[in-house]
Amino acid sequence: MVWFDVCGAADLQPDSGICALVQDQQIAVFYFANSQKVYAISNFDPFGQANVLSRGLIGDISGQAVVASPLYKQHFNLETGQCLEDAAVQIPAYTAQIVNGRVQISW
Amino acid sequence: MKQTLVVIGNGMVGQNFLAGWVASPAVSAYNIITFCEEPRPAYDRVHLSEFFAGKTAEDLSLVEAGFFENHGITLHLGDRAATIDREAKTVISAKGVTVHYDKLVLATGSYPFVPPVPGHERKNCLVYRTIEDLEAMTAAALTSKIGVVVGGGLLGLEAAKALKDLGLETHVVEFAPRLMAVQIDEGGGAVLRRKIEALGVTVHTNKNTTQIVDGDNCVNKMCFADGEELETDVVLFSAGIRPRDDIARSCGLEIGQRGGIVINNQCQTSDPDIYAIGECALWNGMIFGLVAPGYAMARTVIAGLAGGEASFTGADMSTKLKLMGVDVASIGDAHARTQGALVYHYQNGASEVYKRLVVCPDNKRLLGAVLVGDANEYGTLLQYCQNGIELPENPDSLILPRLSGEPAGLGPDALPATAQICSCYEVSKATVCSAIEAGCTTLNALKAATKAGTGCGGCVPLLKSVLNCELAKHGYEVNTDLCEHFAYTRQDLYNLVRIGEIKSFAELLGKHGKGHGCEICKPAVASILASHWNDYILKQEHLGLQDTNDTFLANMQKDGTYSVVPRIAGGEISPDMLIALGRVGKKYQLYTKITGGQRIDLFGARLEQLPAIWKELIDAGFETGHAYGKSLRTVKSCVGSTWCRYGVDDSVGLAIELENRYKGLRSPHKIKFAVSGCTRECAEAQGKDVGVIATENGWSLYVCGNGGMKPRHADLFATGLDKATLIQYIDRFLMFYVRTADRLQRTSVWMENMEGGLDYLKSVVITDKLGLCGELEQQMARVIDTYQCEWKTTIENEDKLKRFRHFINSDQPDDNVVFVEERGQIRPANEDERKHFKILEVA
Repeated sequence: MVWFDVCGAADLQPDSGICALVQDQQIAVFYFANSQKVYAISNFDPFGQANVLSRGLIGDISGQAVVASPLYKQHFNLETGQCLEDAAVQIPAYTAQIVNGRVQISW
Repeated sequence: MKQTLVVIGNGMVGQNFLAGWVASPAVSAYNIITFCEEPRPAYDRVHLSEFFAGKTAEDLSLVEAGFFENHGITLHLGDRAATIDREAKTVISAKGVTVHYDKLVLATGSYPFVPPVPGHERKNCLVYRTIEDLEAMTAAALTSKIGVVVGGGLLGLEAAKALKDLGLETHVVEFAPRLMAVQIDEGGGAVLRRKIEALGVTVHTNKNTTQIVDGDNCVNKMCFADGEELETDVVLFSAGIRPRDDIARSCGLEIGQRGGIVINNQCQTSDPDIYAIGECALWNGMIFGLVAPGYAMARTVIAGLAGGEASFTGADMSTKLKLMGVDVASIGDAHARTQGALVYHYQNGASEVYKRLVVCPDNKRLLGAVLVGDANEYGTLLQYCQNGIELPENPDSLILPRLSGEPAGLGPDALPATAQICSCYEVSKATVCSAIEAGCTTLNALKAATKAGTGCGGCVPLLKSVLNCELAKHGYEVNTDLCEHFAYTRQDLYNLVRIGEIKSFAELLGKHGKGHGCEICKPAVASILASHWNDYILKQEHLGLQDTNDTFLANMQKDGTYSVVPRIAGGEISPDMLIALGRVGKKYQLYTKITGGQRIDLFGARLEQLPAIWKELIDAGFETGHAYGKSLRTVKSCVGSTWCRYGVDDSVGLAIELENRYKGLRSPHKIKFAVSGCTRECAEAQGKDVGVIATENGWSLYVCGNGGMKPRHADLFATGLDKATLIQYIDRFLMFYVRTADRLQRTSVWMENMEGGLDYLKSVVITDKLGLCGELEQQMARVIDTYQCEWKTTIENEDKLKRFRHFINSDQPDDNVVFVEERGQIRPANEDERKHFKILEVA
C-alpha cells in the first residue's frame, strides 16, 4: 500500500472539510473531532459538476458518516463514496490516516 | 350541431356554474357564451372586506388564469345583457351584441337595497357590493372622519369593518331592535352588540332614518324618526339585497310579488329553456342570500342539462363567520320557531360568550343553535343538526365549558360517511376520507383535491379533525422531529438553548441529541445559537455548523465560485461608493449585476480572492450584506418625501434605520423588508416579510408577505403608528418569529400555520397576550448591541483567513473554474466550452 502525504494534522478543520491536491487529484479531507476520524473522497461533485465537496456539511445518516454537497445537497458516504440518493452514483473514496502529525491517503 | 348555452352574470354563482359545467359530461354539447357586466370576471364577494386589509382584486379573483380561453367560453366582459327576446331566442347586450341561445341561465345576482329616504343620493352616500364600490369608499374615506353603515345585518357589520379599516370613526344604524336579527336571537344579539362596541364601533338600534341633509361639521347629517341626529361624512347602505330581476321581468318571465325570478325544483323559470340561479332566483317564496344555496342551484342546472335528474330542495342557511374578529354562528332554527322546541342557554358575562341550543320536544335532535364570541362547536353542532344524530342525554353538555379538559365534541368517527363536511362544495365525509386514502395527507392537499374548505372556510377545523383522525387510523405518525439527531422541533430546541443557556452545538447534542448531526440540524442550531447569543459565526466551535455560504461569508454559485454582496442600506449609495465598488469589480474581473433588493452583486470570485476583495471593500467603507445568511437581507425603499412629489414621509431614512437596526439578525429563513413613502407603494412593501407604508396618519405596518415561488400579499398589521411604536412592534414580531418558527419557514407560512393566525399574532405583539413582549424586546436589544461585521472580524484574523484557499497544500486555483465572455462580462463556461478550453490547454 502506497501512502501519499496530504497535509499536517493541524491543517484539518474540526468537524469540517478541506481540499488537497494529491498526485494532481482534488481530494476532500474531512475530520470528525469527537471520534478523531479522518476521511478522504474525491472533491468533484458529479451532480453539480464542480469541485466543491470539501465545503459541504458533514454528519451521520443512519450511522454512516456522510457529506452533503453544498450545491444540491446529495449525500455521499465518506467511507465508500456511494451517493445515498442515487444508487448508480459512486465517487472515488480513499483510505486516510494520521501518522506522526501528518495526514496520509492511499489508493 | 352544437347548441348554445348563454349565462348572464359572472358573479360567484355564475362562475361556479361555469366551473362545474366544464367538468360535466355534457360539456361538449353546448357552446358557452357569458356576459359579465363588471369590468372583471368573478371575484370573492364573501371576503370583500379583505380588500381593505391589503388584498387586491386579483387576490379575490375566483377565475383561474386562462379559464375562459382554455374551455372555449366566449366572455363579454364589461357588457351587460340588456334584453331577452324569447321568441327569437336571443340576448341583446348593452353594447349591442346579439347572441342566439338554446338554453339560457340567469345568474344576475342582486343589488344592495337603498331605502328611499330623502337625501339617499347625496355625496358620499354609497353601497357595498362591488370592487368599484370599495374603490369609491376608499376615495371618500380620504377626506372623511366619520362613517355610518345603515343596516346591522351580516353584510352591514362586514361593511362596518371596512370603514374601520379605512380609519373612520364608525357607527352602525339598525332599524330592528338588535344586530343580525335574521340569524341570531335577542340574547346573542345583545352579546354581539357589546363585543362590537368594545371594538370601537357605535351601534344604534331601533333607528328609522327619515332623511339625510347637509351636516354642520360633516358632509352629511342623518335624521331619525325619534328626533335624534347623527353627523357623518360617509353613509354606507347595507340594508339588505334585492334580486336583479329586471331583465327577466321585461321579457315576461314570472316574477314573485316582492321580486325574484320564480323557479321550480329544477331551477327552471316559467320558460323551460331559461333557468335562474343564485340571489336573483325565488324558490318556494324564498331568496337565498348566501353562496352555498346558489352553488346548489348551479349543480342542479348542470345535472339537468346533462340529462340527469336533480332537484333543488331548499338549502341550509346555517352560517359561521368572523365579524370584526368576533365569531358568530347560526344553525337551523335559531329562533326556536318549531312547535314545542326546547331551548338551552349558556352565557359567560366575563368573556362575553353566548351559546344557545334549540332542541326538538323529545330532547333527542338538534334543531338549531346560536353561537357568539366562541364558535368552536359550530362544526359539531352542524353535524348533529344536519345528520339528525341523537343528542347526548344532557344536550347542554355540548355548549358548557369543558372544565375537565375532556373534549365533549363529536369526534369525526361519530359522523356517518354521508355527513356533509363542506356545504359550499357539498363534500361528504366519504369523499374526504377517500382523498386521504389516495394520499392527501396535508390540509392543503386535501383542500386542493376535494375543494372542501375553499368556499366560506367555516368547515376547515372539522376538515382538519377528520384528516387527523384518519391519519391516526392509518398509522401515520405526524413526525415533527427536526432530524434523526434531535427528537425536537426547532421551537423546542430554541427553548432548550434559551432556558439551558446552551452555547454550542456539541453541548446541545450531548444533552438532548444523538449521533454527529447533519446538514439539517447543524445550520438550524447554528442559527438558533446566533439569534440568541450572537457570537461570531466563524468561532471555532460554530464553524463546522455553517452552510458553505455562511462558512465563507459569500454565496456559492453553480461552478463553485462565490458572489459578493456588500450592504447598501435602503438602496442609498453615493457616487464615491459606487466608484469604489466598480473599481473592485473591475480589478477582480467580477460579473456585476443589480439585485432585486437594491444592491449590487459581484459574481465569479474564487474562494482565495474573497479576503482581498473584502479588504478593499471594507477599506472603502462597505460592510457585509449578509446575503449568504438566513438573516435580514435588505430594506428596499422608494425615494420618499425627500424628493418625490407624492411622498408623505421619509422612506429612505426609515429604511436605512431599519436595515442598520436588524442587520445581522439570524432567523429561521431570510427576511426582507421594504418601506414606501406613500400608498403608491413603489417599494412593493406588501410583498415583504415586513412592509412599512407612510400615510398621512402615520406608518402602516404590513407583515408576512413574500415574493418567490408562492408569492403572498402581506397582511395589514397596524396603522397610524409613530416610529417608536413601529420599531417596537417589529422588534417583537421578529423575535417571536425567530423563537417559534420552524427551520426554513418564511414568515408567511409561519403565520398561516399558527393557530389563530393574524389575530393571534396581533394579540401577542400588540396587546402582549403572552406577557412576552418585554423579553422579546430585550433579546432584540442584545442582538443589536452585539452586532459585528463578520467580514471585518474575519480579515483581521490570520487564522481564519487560512481557510480561504482552494487547496490546503497548494496555491493553484481550481482548474475546473473557467469563464467565457458574454455581453462584455464574464460568465461560467458551459460543459462544451469547458471541454474545448481544456483541450486547448493540453495542446
